[in-house]
Amino acid sequence: MEHDVALTVKGLKTYFYNNNRCNRAIDGVSFEIRQGKTLCIVGESGCGKSVTAASIMQLLPTLSRIEEGEITYHGPDGPVRIDALDRGGAQMRSIRGKEIAMIFQDPMTALNPVYSIGFQIKEMLMYHTGLGRRERHDKAIDLLASMGIPLPERRVNEYPHLYSGGMRQRAMIAIAMSCNPRILIADEPTTALDVTIQAQIFELMDTLKRENGTAIMLITHDMGVVAELADDVAVMYMGNIVEAGPVGTVMRNPVHPYTRALLDSIPVLGRGKDQEIKAIPGQTPDPYDRPKGCQFADRCRHRIDKCDQMPPETQVSDDHRVMCWRYEEFASDGR
Amino acid sequence: MAADPILSLRNVEVHFPVRTGVLKRVTAHVRAVDGVDLDVYRGEVLGLVGESGCGKTTLGKAILQLVRATQGTVTYSGEDGETELTTQDDAGLFAFRKRLQIVFQDPHSSLNPAFTIFGSLEDPLRHYGVKTRAERRKIVGDLLEAVNMRREAMDRYPHEFSGGQRQRIGIARALSIDPELIVCDEAVSALDVSIQAQVLQLLMDLKREKNLTYVFITHDLSVTEYLCDRIAVMYLGKVVELCDAEELYSNTLHPYTQALLSAIPVADLDRKSQRIVLQGDVPSPINPPSGCPFHPRCRFAQDICRTDVPRLRAYKAGSGVHMAACHLIDQPLAD
Ligand SMILES: Nc1ncnc2c1ncn2[C@@H]1O[C@H](COP(=O)(O)OP(=O)(O)OP(=O)(O)O)[C@@H](O)[C@H]1O
Ligand SMILES: Nc1ncnc2c1ncn2[C@@H]1O[C@H](COP(=O)(O)OP(=O)(O)OP(=O)(O)O)[C@@H](O)[C@H]1O
Ligand code: SF4
Ligand code: SF4
Ligand SMILES: [Mg+2]
Ligand SMILES: [Mg+2]
Repeated sequence: MEHDVALTVKGLKTYFYNNNRCNRAIDGVSFEIRQGKTLCIVGESGCGKSVTAASIMQLLPTLSRIEEGEITYHGPDGPVRIDALDRGGAQMRSIRGKEIAMIFQDPMTALNPVYSIGFQIKEMLMYHTGLGRRERHDKAIDLLASMGIPLPERRVNEYPHLYSGGMRQRAMIAIAMSCNPRILIADEPTTALDVTIQAQIFELMDTLKRENGTAIMLITHDMGVVAELADDVAVMYMGNIVEAGPVGTVMRNPVHPYTRALLDSIPVLGRGKDQEIKAIPGQTPDPYDRPKGCQFADRCRHRIDKCDQMPPETQVSDDHRVMCWRYEEFASDGR
Repeated sequence: MAADPILSLRNVEVHFPVRTGVLKRVTAHVRAVDGVDLDVYRGEVLGLVGESGCGKTTLGKAILQLVRATQGTVTYSGEDGETELTTQDDAGLFAFRKRLQIVFQDPHSSLNPAFTIFGSLEDPLRHYGVKTRAERRKIVGDLLEAVNMRREAMDRYPHEFSGGQRQRIGIARALSIDPELIVCDEAVSALDVSIQAQVLQLLMDLKREKNLTYVFITHDLSVTEYLCDRIAVMYLGKVVELCDAEELYSNTLHPYTQALLSAIPVADLDRKSQRIVLQGDVPSPINPPSGCPFHPRCRFAQDICRTDVPRLRAYKAGSGVHMAACHLIDQPLAD
């Protein structure tokens, strides 16, 4: 169904350059985010989750650029090729924030320490809505209240450093939410927070999805978060999506050895002391000196000679795809 | 397991002074640890869980006398009888420091970047009387092998290793003088899941081999379920629940623990938990709420909870006891 897709990423390649060396941080990634659904992107540190998000937002650091691929935003006025827009241009600026909002891994990078939280929310509202001064102030208080910030009338005038970590993250979500974006990109929004505060934030994101039909792309490394929040999941490893599909399929019938190893390596609450957890041996390769073929080969116990070539992206079924030469054997091994 | 305590804490308090103004006068106290009674049994893994700031690290350090308790006693029991550590001076503690070690949270900051691994690891050995360099090199080599690293690693510098490797080096250092007890303070929290499993397995193997006792500090209740024999749940400097790990998960008594457990995202699609979303933030240990410290966030709070501090009382649980501090739990064993 084309119409409910909010964003399509096709064949995206984003590379970093450093001392004449190249890090193919994102090396051919395709996925879509659907309206009213949550896509979770999981994977180890350095696999390219944040760079994927930065590519979509056109917020890539210098020394990196999109080499290939398409990023298409399906807005109310038809499709827009984001990758073709000027990153500082008016159209990109209006998309950023109003149509696609982002919550960052570290709230302090996104909040400006010299302006009050209220000022920062109101600034967003001023850029992207037609609200008047008084209305903007009231809306800012409303937003903070809806994020569970106590005493919003007073807190609205306070500076970020007076907020606790959890409150900052919620304030940032308030800013992100202020213009009812159609897409919310959340980069590990709760990694630094306590589980009880995390639960508050997930509750908020769920409400957004249900009530506003917001499409959510949630970056995490926690399979628990995936199980609880995702509709779809994409598993990344060293710049590729190695497996993707509906959460039920990927978690119940994973076919990529990395997905399986990942699921086997975490203790799962409720399974007690008898569960066997299996560590994945070795570590990820040097990003500036990647293997030519399957990126997981060094750590994969199913490796064969053919794995020295890059496996193609293959559909296991209509909505389930994988990048592994031997997936068919795994699909039928009854695990 | 026979209840053979290696350490006994009685009414341990650690209050840090808060100084303000030009005169740096003490205007308040952070009640980081606020009256803890706890036994650590020889050979067990005792989990210490709770939200950020609840006093886990401070309690762990108080156990090792790395911060001194402002009240209460910590008693060590060994073959040579009982010794009250809290009254020992540094010279008196020297013999015990060897038996009690700590592995810190951050694998990046716990190794001195200017020293080779050997340089960092030989220090405690020299301190405790391993005279010749050749001997120290042999021991460090053996230690590195014990944590699944190559001997040659000793001549390299910390920046040449990944986070997981550095954490293993940190563990090697803690092991270097054959301790009896290791406090692991968030020893795996900063690691990627796949690496986390490697370190967890290593810790468990070492425990079996060397009959170690662990105090395992974490905020991850999936890890404690898998790893720990008993678990102490802390809230604002107090232990609010303490029992066997299995008992804690199957028969949760304290409302805070219930909320904490329900908030954990579970990586199991067949076990969607009923999230109990707590309102508000963790209160400040400078000015803790009156009565039960949890009452402002507790959905069962009654009048008595606002005025009276609930004591940690014992309840019957299978073959042992289950300790909890809440006014509303009926039928304590004895009062
Ligand atoms: N500013 C930068 N300069 C140079 N290289 C970078 C930069 N940001 C990211 N990279 C590289 O791009 C690759 C992907 O990094 P990215 O930040 O997307 O990982 P991630 O999946 O978000 O990891 P994490 O879970 O640690 O946040 C890595 O190899 C990383 O070293
Ligand atoms: N040296 C110190 N001086 C003053 N206050 C301190 C000191 N060390 C810790 N505290 C305070 O004591 C309280 C308990 O801190 P502690 O580090 O023990 O918590 P924690 O449970 O380990 O938290 P986290 O999960 O974030 O590591 C916090 O409020 C902290 O700010
Ligand atoms: S392509 Fe080969 S090395 Fe890569 S995951 Fe599949 S079997 Fe393993
Ligand atoms: S004592 Fe009262 S406030 Fe505290 S946990 Fe029990 S019911 Fe809740
Ligand atoms: Mg990232
Ligand atoms: Mg701590």
